[in-house]
Amino acid sequence: MEIVFTENQILDWLRSVTDPEVPILTILDLGIVRGVTLAGHEVTVVITPTYSGCPAMDVIAMNIRMALLSHGVRKVNIENQLSPAWTTDWMSDEGKQKLQEYGIAPPRRSSGLASPALFDDELVPCPRCGSEHTELTSQFGPTSCKSLHRCLSCLEPFEHFKCH
Amino acid sequence: MNQQLLFYTLQLADNALINGHRLSEWCGHGPVLEQDIAISNIALDHLGRARSLYQYAAELFNALPPEERSTVFNSPALQEKVQMGALLDEDDLAYLRDGWDFRNVLLVEQPNEDWAFTIARSFYFDVHNFYFFEALKSSTDKMLASIAEKSLKEIAYHLRWSSEWVIRLGDGTDESHQRMQNALNERWMFTGELNTPATFELNLQETGAPVDLGIVAPRWMQKVTEVITEATLKLPASTWMQQGGKNGVHSEHLGYVLAELQFMQRAYPDMEW
Repeated sequence: MEIVFTENQILDWLRSVTDPEVPILTILDLGIVRGVTLAGHEVTVVITPTYSGCPAMDVIAMNIRMALLSHGVRKVNIENQLSPAWTTDWMSDEGKQKLQEYGIAPPRRSSGLASPALFDDELVPCPRCGSEHTELTSQFGPTSCKSLHRCLSCLEPFEHFKCH
Repeated sequence: MNQQLLFYTLQLADNALINGHRLSEWCGHGPVLEQDIAISNIALDHLGRARSLYQYAAELFNALPPEERSTVFNSPALQEKVQMGALLDEDDLAYLRDGWDFRNVLLVEQPNEDWAFTIARSFYFDVHNFYFFEALKSSTDKMLASIAEKSLKEIAYHLRWSSEWVIRLGDGTDESHQRMQNALNERWMFTGELNTPATFELNLQETGAPVDLGIVAPRWMQKVTEVITEATLKLPASTWMQQGGKNGVHSEHLGYVLAELQFMQRAYPDMEW
């Protein structure tokens, strides 16, 4: 039986693959899927890593493979593309909205900030109460993509998906 | 020429791996939880970069003519594989080379000592990394340029972190000020090597693949001076600069690092976690 896949179909199936660390985000929300190419029963998905050492990337690659195989794709190739480097600007608006609802402050500032400027803290509103009266606890959080903050109004600690 | 590019790539990979390993030694021992998390995150960034670079180095090695491949390394465990005609991967390069085949700069293998010493090492190295990788983005070598583009964003965060710590300790108490000054002085002798090109770098210069260290050096000095001044500290006095790491001549510390880093693969070859 000849199965013909379309690119939209593949993208639709990829919507079921989520970030293992932030499970409300699909890999399409994250903006790490750079392209899909089809050749008969073979599908190639090009993804771009978020952070060089991010352990989630291996899990994501495996989950992409599983998702497509379960829909009858016989051969799945996954290619890593380093350039252009992933940036939080590629995260979808829907993705940012989901983060906010999940209690993680989404990235706000546009990237391109590979700058050595010191003490350049950005304003990160509290995802719970919306107050802008917050402070940075640490630039580095429980995963590569997040920093730690504290709200000085509602006193809740929260995470921020940092600009990258 | 490809062998020179292989050495160049390995040099960058070894810097990242050894520095990342040193930082990871703090995991579970950081002065406060947030800083323990920060330093472990930074270690992970370095290991991630090391992986990309080792994968590329393995590709360059495997593309060499077979007769040339046996002349590249002097490590028995690796040579055994090469002699059998096996192709190498990132793990072989990280786990089966002995110290003399490692090309990392001496700075990154220096022990952690106390927090001030760790910060001093990271600070000198992060400033270098920032300007180095900024320049490497324009390398004529597409793969190195891509890795640089990816790494630079991460390095900007590292540099902020270590610079802010230099300032916090320098402009802190008498005790922290004195310890930070002492650590900066003690590690200063390892900074000359960062901007001194090795033979393989000079040989490659015409290809446009390597970074011109002559451009990086003044930027490094300017940034280091700026942060040290802000921290109310003094730029260390000029001294004899240690060299050798890029050519495989290391301090005794590297041996201990490798003994721990490579133990599992040496004891149980090809084991998988």
